Amino acid sequence: MMTKQIGRVATFTLLLFGVLFVNLNLITLVQSDTLTSHPANRRLLVREYAIERGSIVVGEEAIARSVETDDDLQYLREYPGGALYGHVSGYYSFILGRSALEAERNEQLIGQPLEVLAQNLGDLLFAPDQAGNTLELTILPRAQQAAADALEGRIGAVVALDPTTGAVLASYANPTFDPGPLSTHDAASIREAWESLIDDPQRPLVNRAIAETYPPGSTFKLITAAAALEHDRSPETAFPDEGTYDVPQTSADIGNFGGGDCGEGETISLADAMRVSCNTVFARLGVELGADRLIDMAERFGFNRSPPYELEVANSGIPKEMDEPSAAQSAIGQRDVRATPMQMAIVAAAMANGGRLVEPHLVRAVRDPSGSLVRETAPSLWDEGRFDSQAVSEPVAAQLREMMIDVVADGTGRQARIDGVTVGGKTGTAQTGGAPTVWFVGFAEQEVAVAVVLPEAGDDDTGGQVAAPIARAVMAAALDG
Amino acid sequence: MSAATGSAGRGVDRRTGNKLRSTEARLLAFAVVITVAAHVLLGWSQGPELPPSAIVTGVAMTVIAIVAHLVVRTMAPDADPTLLPLAFLLNGLGLTFVRRVDLAVGSDLAGTQTIWTAVSVAGMCTVLVLIRQVRTLSRYQYSLGLLTLVLLILPLVPGLTAGAINGARLWVDLFGMRFQPGEVAKLTMVAFLAGYLERKRVLLSVANQRFGPLLMPAPRHLAPVILATGLALVVMAGLRDLGSALLLFGVFLAMLYVATGRAAYPLVGLVAFAIGAALAYQLFAHVRVRVSIWIDPWSQVTDAGYQLAQSLFALGTGGLTGAGLGGGRPQDVPFSATDALFAVIGEELGLLGATAVLVAFLLLVVRGYKISLTARDEYGTLLALGLTATIALQTFVIVGGLTRVVPLTGITLPFMSYGGSSLLGNYILIALLLRISDESRGAARGRRIERPSRPRAGRSSR
Repeated sequence: MMTKQIGRVATFTLLLFGVLFVNLNLITLVQSDTLTSHPANRRLLVREYAIERGSIVVGEEAIARSVETDDDLQYLREYPGGALYGHVSGYYSFILGRSALEAERNEQLIGQPLEVLAQNLGDLLFAPDQAGNTLELTILPRAQQAAADALEGRIGAVVALDPTTGAVLASYANPTFDPGPLSTHDAASIREAWESLIDDPQRPLVNRAIAETYPPGSTFKLITAAAALEHDRSPETAFPDEGTYDVPQTSADIGNFGGGDCGEGETISLADAMRVSCNTVFARLGVELGADRLIDMAERFGFNRSPPYELEVANSGIPKEMDEPSAAQSAIGQRDVRATPMQMAIVAAAMANGGRLVEPHLVRAVRDPSGSLVRETAPSLWDEGRFDSQAVSEPVAAQLREMMIDVVADGTGRQARIDGVTVGGKTGTAQTGGAPTVWFVGFAEQEVAVAVVLPEAGDDDTGGQVAAPIARAVMAAALDG
Repeated sequence: MSAATGSAGRGVDRRTGNKLRSTEARLLAFAVVITVAAHVLLGWSQGPELPPSAIVTGVAMTVIAIVAHLVVRTMAPDADPTLLPLAFLLNGLGLTFVRRVDLAVGSDLAGTQTIWTAVSVAGMCTVLVLIRQVRTLSRYQYSLGLLTLVLLILPLVPGLTAGAINGARLWVDLFGMRFQPGEVAKLTMVAFLAGYLERKRVLLSVANQRFGPLLMPAPRHLAPVILATGLALVVMAGLRDLGSALLLFGVFLAMLYVATGRAAYPLVGLVAFAIGAALAYQLFAHVRVRVSIWIDPWSQVTDAGYQLAQSLFALGTGGLTGAGLGGGRPQDVPFSATDALFAVIGEELGLLGATAVLVAFLLLVVRGYKISLTARDEYGTLLALGLTATIALQTFVIVGGLTRVVPLTGITLPFMSYGGSSLLGNYILIALLLRISDESRGAARGRRIERPSRPRAGRSSR
């Protein structure tokens, strides 16, 4: 009687359940990863925040640490160092994600290799409770503080390195930001803090120590001099001392800073030209040596590549091909030559380190929660492809070093002098229209190399007057103790 | 009345009935063991000690199972042996996950739900005792139809209503208890329709009225059915209970189709539904919201689409094997103990566990259709079909809603969701199915004497 109809209703029901089964498979298997990692799905987040993330330590103090809360996000990230280390530690935010070391060393901080995370979200999701590793940094708190004090109220950046090991002793950019408000568990307050940082015209989120390039100005004369010394010239080689250098192929001649000649006589030695930062001599050298040699030397010192570092460093650059006017301009660090403070600190460190480039590093050691050493960073030289870490020969490096010492002893860099300490350096003041970018790069003994940049200095500011004292303060702090 | 069984058939009855009941007892024990094991695992996910709730639940479920079994053994010895264990398994797992939600959000629903389990099983037993012959129900068919309407209107009556809860007016407060009359109204409606359709099915099957390409019966035969259902739907729309409206309409169509054998009914019904849905979409803002969530939950993931998105997150994060009992986050899913319980199950037991639950429902439904097929008379057939379709469609509407097959509407997952009215209604439903299957098997062996039936060849001992 009704058998056929019942069979059809039953079949239809089976069909409905079949749809449920198929769809359930799609959700739990095919769409699983998308759904698991969807930003509005808090499960992964809750799991991640249940991990006691390792601290980041400078000296004896944690600049980033995790404290337990009553939230369903179990651990809160605190930054006792505040803005002083903001660019180094970065933030750890459930809305914004992670930045700087929090991002780059995440796998060590949560105590797990990156591969596991990338391959299987479930592994993170269902991992047992765990505590992450501690990162110990190479930064010297007093050097970092000195950099912050010296840059107070100015836009600029300081990088200080150990010239022989590449350990970063200070890395500070002003303005900076406090990662704390970005790392709370309150979405609204994070957004508020983030928006005020984004809206700030001084761009406090930009780490000017590594993330932006600036015209290096006269500090680039170190590269030009290195090229010259390698090509049959010595510190004593005499050059015409003139008020303007008549650049070939162009009517745009190059004059000296403040006008006039560089010295007293008809000629001036290379060393003296360096000491007083004589544009005409170095512009002439640029043309004499030719663009190729200049480019080659710059690349040997790290231009057109990016230093290996825990954090991403912007590429310092010099054009691959230049005509003569460009070579003349580039030889004095103008035109299209650009450098990060980190790059120039590496150059300065090489002068104090026998011409060898070091790899900068920020993390000295990684320790597990019990305190035992997981990994220690071995000092390393920067060898990369066809570029040897020996950028220039030791004798050339020694000559450059002496010339830099002269700059501080009796030249444009006098403000960097430290009593009883051998200090060398080079000032720079790049005029690229608008506010000048002023520099000081240098070293104290073989203990510390430093680069200071102030990209939006006052109209009358020079590297010697403004940047050199800052470098001095940071070097003195690094040497102290 | 079953006591009046003829002495000649008694020996056969008892033996076969015993065998069925022994199977049922073993399956029931299995369901209880699974429930207790799940409770223990859930307890262990929170700490090393064995939680007292596992013991309490174990004892309670065992006692309830024994009582239920004994009553069925006495009152419906030839009843299908799988219905009760399947219901019990789903009930027990539901209880486990209601406790799971308790642990997450700090509520205490599982204790209440255990009491409701006892009350519901008592309700089932009462029905088995009171209704010895399912046919007797058909005598009250118009009363049942009226009762359906009364039950549906009850939540709107001042003094009784518990007001709008989560946008729907479904509850009444009676003697300090909150009750959802709609859960019982589903059953009375199916009972009414079964009686009505049984009587009119011949008339309704005769299609002599041409509507365009379709042959339809005379409108006057259809009118009462359409009127009753239309009223029910209007009331449902008034109560803002879209899930129940969809459920009742589907069950109505299924019963009408089976009774008449005319595919034109469900087809016309679907067209009517499409028109109704389009109208509802135009008329009611809450319908538009539901549909827009269904089409795109992701653009409104923090507000309107929150529940659906969280349900999908739970299931998707659970993956194949799930987070394990106690490993999920029911606190992230709104209404996790009631409407969204299936998402919690999926998150913690994974695709495998969720599939097992659906398979249990499917088995229950398949048994229900089989009971409908083998029912002793047309009334029993239609009643069993309607009841079974109710469970099937209700499961589909809520699970499909939580998995974005259909728009999500608030409705309970039978036997599993927290809610006393729903549980009671479902156990009464099981009681009716037990009764129908008991009658047909008993009749097949000639256990009953009051009403002639069609004994099967070689099986009759009369």
